Amino acid sequence: MSAEHWLFFFFAGVAVLGALNLILQRHPIHSALSLILVMASLAVLYLLLGAEFIAAIQIIVYAGAIMVLFVFVIMVLNAGEEERTSLSRVAKFVGLPLAAVFLVEVCYVLYRAWPSEQMVVPERFLGRTEAIGKALYGEFLLPFELTAILILIALVGAVVLAQKEP
Amino acid sequence: MSVPVTDLLRILPELVLAVFGTLIVLVEPFLRRTQKSLTGYIALIGALLALLSTLAPAMYPGPAFNGLVLVDGFSIFFHFLLLMITTLTIVASFRYLEREGLPQGEFYALLLFATIGMGLMASGNELVLVFLGLETVSIATYVLVGFRRTEVRSNEAAMKYFLLGSFATAFMLYGIALLFGATGTTFLPDIARQLAEGGGMRTLALMGMGLLFVGLGFKLALVPFQAWVPDVYEGAPTPVTAFLSAGPKAAVLAAFLRIFFTALEPLSGSWVWVIWATAILTMCIGNLGALMQDNIKRMLAYSSIAHAGYILIAFAAHSELGIAAVLFYLVAYALMKLGAFSIVSHVSAGEAHQSIDDYAGLHARHPLLAACLTVFLLSLIGIPLTGGFFGKLYIFTAGIDANLMGLVIVGVVNSALSAAYYLRVVKVMYMSEPQGNLAVVPVPASLVFVLTLTVLGTIGLGVFPSPILQFAQQSVLPLP
Repeated sequence: MSAEHWLFFFFAGVAVLGALNLILQRHPIHSALSLILVMASLAVLYLLLGAEFIAAIQIIVYAGAIMVLFVFVIMVLNAGEEERTSLSRVAKFVGLPLAAVFLVEVCYVLYRAWPSEQMVVPERFLGRTEAIGKALYGEFLLPFELTAILILIALVGAVVLAQKEP
Repeated sequence: MSVPVTDLLRILPELVLAVFGTLIVLVEPFLRRTQKSLTGYIALIGALLALLSTLAPAMYPGPAFNGLVLVDGFSIFFHFLLLMITTLTIVASFRYLEREGLPQGEFYALLLFATIGMGLMASGNELVLVFLGLETVSIATYVLVGFRRTEVRSNEAAMKYFLLGSFATAFMLYGIALLFGATGTTFLPDIARQLAEGGGMRTLALMGMGLLFVGLGFKLALVPFQAWVPDVYEGAPTPVTAFLSAGPKAAVLAAFLRIFFTALEPLSGSWVWVIWATAILTMCIGNLGALMQDNIKRMLAYSSIAHAGYILIAFAAHSELGIAAVLFYLVAYALMKLGAFSIVSHVSAGEAHQSIDDYAGLHARHPLLAACLTVFLLSLIGIPLTGGFFGKLYIFTAGIDANLMGLVIVGVVNSALSAAYYLRVVKVMYMSEPQGNLAVVPVPASLVFVLTLTVLGTIGLGVFPSPILQFAQQSVLPLP
C-alpha cells in the first residue's frame, strides 16, 4: 500500500461518510455543509487520478458557486428543520433490501474486475487539462455544442416556471 | 479545428431546429400580447423546414463528427417520424395555448429544442452524445409537463417526472461509466468490437448494460419503471401528453435499439430474456391498469405502457424483421396517439372534463369528433383496416419468426383484453345520453388539420401499408 492508496481510501471514506451525513442531517444548512465535504474529497480523488483540471473545476464550480447558491436559497427561504417522515412500507421492506443487494452486487463486480490491466492508471489517464481541451473542442465538439442548447433550455424553463403571473 | 461541410449537412435538421428555436426566444419579447401566436407559426415553419432538410442527410449518409453521429437509413427514418410528430404537436397546440393563456413562445421553443435532442438520439453513435440528447429531451419535457403553473396537478406531475427522471438519469450515467470502464471507449462500434473479441471486463460490462437498461426503460415506461406515467400524463397539458407518448418514446426506442443491437450485440445472450420478461410484465400490467381507469388521460397513459410492451415483442425477436416491425409500429402508434390526445385536449376544455363519462353522447354533440376518436381507438385495439392492425400483425409475425410463441400468445390475449376498455369509450360515446351541459365548442381549423392527417394516416396505413413497410424494411439496422 503506497501513500496514494492510503490517501485514496481516506478521502473515499470521507466522501461516503459526508454523503451519509448529508441525508441524515435534519437542518438544510448542515446538509449543505456536508455536501461541501463530499465535493472537496471527490476533488482529491480526481487529483489522485492525475485529473487536475476536473479537481479544480470540482472545487470552483460545485464547492464554490453551486454551494453558495444553495446556501443563499436556504437562507432566503428561511428553511428550518425538516420534519421526519417515516419510510413507506414499500420503501422499508422492498427498497432498502434491494438497495443493499445492489450495493453488494456492485462491490462484488468491481472486486472481481479489480486486478486488471485495463483499469485506469494515472499515467495513461487522459484527464489532463490539455487533453480535455483538445477533446472538448475537437473530437467532442458536437456534444459540447449540444450542452449550449441544454443550458438554454434550462434558462427558458426557469423563466417560464418562475415568472410572475402576467 | 474546422468542421467539414458534409458533417454539417448530416445534422442539418438539428441545425435548422436550433436556429428557429433561438429565433423564437429572440423574437418573442418584442411581440405584443395579441401577437404571441406568431411564434407558433415560426415554430411550424421551422419544423417543416427541418423535415424538408432531412433530405440532406438522406442524400449524404455516413458518419459525421469523428463518428459521434452516424447517418444511416435507421436515423433518417426516425428523423422523418420525429419531425412529423413535432409538426403535428405544434399545430395541435395552437388553440390550446391561446385558450389556456399559457406562454406560447417558450412552449414552441422548448418543443423545437426537445426535437434536437430526439434527432441526435436517433443518429447518435456514441454514448455521451446519446446521453446529452436524452437529457435535452428530458429537461425540456420536465418544463413542458409543468407548464400549467397555477394547476396543482400539473405541478405534481412535473415534480414527480423531474425527481424520478433524474434518478433514472443517474442509473443511465452509472451504466455508461461502467461500460466505459469495461471497454475503454464510449463509441458504440468500438464497444461491440471490444466485447466481441472477448476483451474488456465482461462482468463490469454486464453491470453497465443492466444499469443502462434501467435508465432507458424508465424513459420508455417499461414495467417495473412505469409508476410515473399515469400521474405525469394526467397532469401535463394534453398536447404535451400527446408529444410525450409519441416523440420521446420513439427517440428513446431508437437509442435503445441502436445501443443494444450494435454495442451490446455480443452480450445479446444475456439481454434477450430480460426483454422477454419485461415485455410480458409491461403488456399485462399496462392493460390491467387501463381497465380500471375512469379518467381518459390515465386510461390512454396505461394503454401507452401496454403498447411499449407489444413493441418489446419485436425487440425480443432480435431480428431485422423485428426492427422493421418496430419502425412500422411506431409510425402507426404515433398517428393514433397524437390523434386521440388532440381530441381529448379539445373535449376536456381547460382540462376540467377528463372523465370517460364526459364523452357520453359525444356522438350527438360532435359526430365527426366521435367518429375520429372511434377510428383511433379501433386502431389502438388493432382492428383490420387501421394502421394498428398491420403494426400488431408485423410485430406478432416477427415474434413467431423468432420462435417466441409464448410471448406472441400473451400479446394476442392482451390485445383482446384491451378491446374492453377501448370499446367502453366507444360505447359511452354512441350509446349513452349526454349528461351535464357541456357546451358544443366548434372545432378549430388547426385541430381539423391535425385530425385529417392522423385519420388519413391511420386508415392509410391500414389499407396501403406497403410503402411505409418497405421504407421501414430498408431502414433497419444491419445485424451481424
